Amino acid sequence: MTFRKYLVLAGITLFSTLGDSLLARGMKQLGGASLHDLSGLIFAILNPWVGIGIFLLLAFFACYLSALSWADLTYVLPATSIGYVMVAVVALVFFHEQISPTRWLGIALIAAGVGYVAGGPSLTPVRHRRGELESDQPEGTLPVRPAVISEEAQL
Amino acid sequence: MNELNAWAAVGMITLAATAGDVLLAYSMKRVGDVGDLWKTRGLGAVVGRIFATPTFFLGVLAMAVAFYSLLFGLSWGNLSLVVPASTSLTFVANALAAKIFLHERVCRRRWIAALLVATGVILMAV
Repeated sequence: MTFRKYLVLAGITLFSTLGDSLLARGMKQLGGASLHDLSGLIFAILNPWVGIGIFLLLAFFACYLSALSWADLTYVLPATSIGYVMVAVVALVFFHEQISPTRWLGIALIAAGVGYVAGGPSLTPVRHRRGELESDQPEGTLPVRPAVISEEAQL
Repeated sequence: MNELNAWAAVGMITLAATAGDVLLAYSMKRVGDVGDLWKTRGLGAVVGRIFATPTFFLGVLAMAVAFYSLLFGLSWGNLSLVVPASTSLTFVANALAAKIFLHERVCRRRWIAALLVATGVILMAV
């Protein structure tokens, strides 16, 4: 894991958190959507909050795709969930919201999960084409992926 | 009624988001390390190779379904119900799906992390 890769993970967290918040704000402004009036949903992107939210979610998507190209899905998802903690901190500091003890417990659990998975390897060896498993790699090293390499060699 | 609709949206989001995540992860593993590809062959090669992967578009489609379900869900239910419920369910569903379809070796460390995060998300919503 290089510094650049940690930046990409940080980008996932930041853009998805901000994007979701803006979307929620915009949709609340528009009122309830209904299944019978789908046009309302299409025109929702004209609302500035929704528009900016979607733009931020696109930035999130680019970072997300990049991360998935060099790390396992089961690494990327927990490693970027620190965003929920960030939202709580923002709510506490900037909006002076009350945070209940249960919520603090939830925040602590998420932080523990993030730290725990981030300390492990970002990419696990894949099953070889013939079905046998690769030998165990020491934690934190990036193993060679024979399945992908042999595919490229055939091209 | 709105309560039921919100939970239906949560189920739909979970299903579509998991399918999307797995398809995108599969596609990007076929594309290879985007950073390296960008350095050696340029951004055009990255975009070209992503667009040449059919499963990528399936993944985007599934993500679009999840996104629109989220918009519906947010207008029916509270942000503090819909987002945590669907996210924590998606966490656990993704760990299962990554193991079954992507053959990722979901070691004990990752199971524990997924469960810690999912439990934490639920507690935050209480």
